[in-house]
Parts: sequence; structure tokens; C-alpha cells
Amino acid sequence: MKRIRIIPALLLINDGLYKTVHFKNPGYVGDPINTVKIFNEKGADEVVVLDITATRDKKPINYRKIAEIAGEAFMPMAYGGGIKTFEEARKVFNAGYEKVILNSSAAENPALIGEIANVYGSQSVVVSIDGKKDWLGRYKVYTANGSHSIGKSPDVYAREMEAGGAGEILINSIDRDGTWEGYDLALVKMVSKTVSIPVIACGGAAGMDDFRKAIVEGGASAVAAGSMFVYQKKGMGVLISFPAQSLKI
Amino acid sequence: MLAIIDYGVGNLTSVLNMFKRLSVDACITSDLETIQKADKLMIPGVGHFDKCMQNFNASGLRPAIEAIKAKGSTPILGICVGAQMMTRRSEEGVEDGLGWVEADTVRFQLDPSLGLKVPHMGWTDVSPANSASPLFNDIPEEPRFYFAHSYHFRFYGEDLTTATCDYGYSFTCAFQRGNIFGVQFHPEKSHRFGMSILTNFAAL
Repeated sequence: MKRIRIIPALLLINDGLYKTVHFKNPGYVGDPINTVKIFNEKGADEVVVLDITATRDKKPINYRKIAEIAGEAFMPMAYGGGIKTFEEARKVFNAGYEKVILNSSAAENPALIGEIANVYGSQSVVVSIDGKKDWLGRYKVYTANGSHSIGKSPDVYAREMEAGGAGEILINSIDRDGTWEGYDLALVKMVSKTVSIPVIACGGAAGMDDFRKAIVEGGASAVAAGSMFVYQKKGMGVLISFPAQSLKI
Repeated sequence: MLAIIDYGVGNLTSVLNMFKRLSVDACITSDLETIQKADKLMIPGVGHFDKCMQNFNASGLRPAIEAIKAKGSTPILGICVGAQMMTRRSEEGVEDGLGWVEADTVRFQLDPSLGLKVPHMGWTDVSPANSASPLFNDIPEEPRFYFAHSYHFRFYGEDLTTATCDYGYSFTCAFQRGNIFGVQFHPEKSHRFGMSILTNFAAL
């Protein structure tokens, strides 16, 4: 029996937390510091914070805010959004995060992965891959918060990222984001069977059953979710929650 | 004052944050005098073994810290690569370790049929040994900790293991030799279990 990491994935826009559907229509969830405090009290296994407009709007990383968020989090923390250089990654680590998440910058400048991994270790570099089916049903990788296709298949791309020094892959389905329809298991499996590093499934989870499927059928090592941890139910109000029981498989 | 040694590698803020929460008087420092006056030392470490050793050697702090260690009256806790540095060497690199314990740091050799991935990353149950060290006093039930590593300790001479955990096989995840303590996991990121360890260390 292994304990499976269950990871709330929180989306930051400016100073607030939001939740999207298909990467669009961000709905306000609340204050990030309070929210992370609640996840800390509930004993979340790990928390991912993604600034989803940092790259698109070419904003500087909000180091002060992210340090405040991590300040009371006694669990592993990962941050992504707008990290383009080693120096920026260094400042994120110093803000109290053990992992940086690269998305657009990993596609534009894959050497950055190795630069960071050489100093902080590959376990500290997560590459986030946003995947979506095209009109022919083929999976493609998108960057810049889902706005730009790089034309590559997620499995091919994930292997490149692993070879470049990534220690973990976060595979997110744009089609399932915020839908509560379950993970895109074919997408998760496509990536997890290709790489030997841990893969975190993200996008579409509605409950523990989806987590189990992502691990058993999708071959993921960990699971992330947004909506189900910040809303009561689909279409209902904000409620921060986290399963009381560990997931053991 | 508990001194968290700053020799230019990461995760210091997290450690300090937890000590603050526990109301333990701690600081992040690379100041020789502060370190010599401290009643406890913590050596963090993250990333590549060689990089950590090179930084530690270049910091100029090593002779002073080894002198403190030789006196034996100041508890010293290594975390993750900081604990691996206390071994003689690591399969990750070519630099000599500090050799404070008769152990090496070796890569996970996992049976491929287990389907386990390296790095070992996530929460794993930990079993304190019968002769458990004071660090594990009053540990909450079902102790588990956050791990993120590809290499682990292996003892050759005297077995100084104070806790083991299982990832493909059982390995040493904590050791103690007198006032020298090493843990592979990250107490600063392990909720109440980690708080218990750091409280115990601060109380030594």
C-alpha cells in the first residue's frame, strides 16, 4: 500500500484565488493566504499554486504574496507562473517553496529545466503540460495558459522534458478543467507510460473515485484537483475542503 | 539560539517558518560567531550532493562546525542532503562526504517489476526503531513524513538507524550517533509529524 498524494491546485490572479472552466471564466474563490491555511489545517499532502496570468500579462512574479502564502504552510508547496530565469526560480525557492513549476518557459527555453535541476535537484522542477484534443482528436500541448499550441504530442513532449532534467510532470487537461467529468485518463496514461518520473494528473476530478482511476488506470503517481476542493459541488458555492482519509493504493 | 546553517542551498525559509510557529528561537545564519554560540545546529540540504558539499566546503564554516561536532555537546541535525553529507560519500557524485557516520549514500535499486518511480516523492509511513532516538518521542500515531529523494543512507559499521521506511525495500530514514542526528525526510514540510520532530530536537 502506498499513500497517494492528493494535491489542491490553486489558481492565482493578482492577489486572489480563482477557479476556471476550460481555462476560461475565472470565478473568485477567496483569499489565497486563508485558503492555504485551511488546507494546512486539514493536512493536505501538498499544494500547488499557479499564477495563471503572469506569463500572459507579462507580470513580474508576486514574491511578497507567494511568500506570505507559504509562510504558514507546513506541507510541500509548489509554485508556477511567470518563471523564466534561474534567478526567478531561486527567489521562488527562497520564498518557501520546494518546487517550481515551468510551463511556457519550459517550451521556449528547455535549458532552464537543467539549470535549475543542477542546483536544486530534479525533484524540485515540475514541468506542467496543458493538453487538449484538436479537431482530429489528437492530443496537443498548449502553453501560455492554453492560448498557444506548440504542435507537439504530450507524450513526446513529456519525454523531452524528462530528458532535460524535470523531476515530475503535471499533466492537465484543458478539455476537462473545471468540468467535474473525471480525469482524461487516456491523456494521463499517454504521458505516465512514456516517462519514468512521477506524473500528477490534473483536470476534471469530482471525487475519490476519480483519484483512484487516475492512479490505477491512468498510471499517475499523484492527483491534483481544483474545483472539488474549493466548491461544495458542481455549480454551488465556495467551500474549502480536503478528504479526511488518506488515499492508499 | 538554534542556528540554521546558511551555506547557499535552499529550503531554509521553510525550516525557519516551522521553528517560528513552534516558538523556538532560531535564525538562518552563515556568521561564524553566531554558529559557535548556538546551542543547536541544523544543516539543511537540497539538490545535488556534490553541489552541497562544494558549497559547504567553500563556505569557510566547515572547520568550525567540525570542531563543534568533535566537542559533542551541541546537537546537530541534518535534513535530506544535509544528512547525506554526514555520510562518507554518495553515489550521486564524486565529492567526499563529511564521514561523521560509517554510512554511504546510495541510489535506490528497485526491482522494476514493482513499478515504483525514482525519485521517491511523497508521504511515506515511518517506523521508529526499538531504540528510537529522542527525536521520535511522543510522535503522533501513524507517523508519516514527506520525502523527495533518489538516494538513501546505508550503514556499514555500527547500525545507527533510528527509523526505517519502506519504498521497494526497507531503508534507513533517520539515524543518530550521540548528538549527531540525520533525517532523510523533510520535517519542515510534514505537518504535525514534522513539528513533533523539530520540537523534540529543540528540546534536547
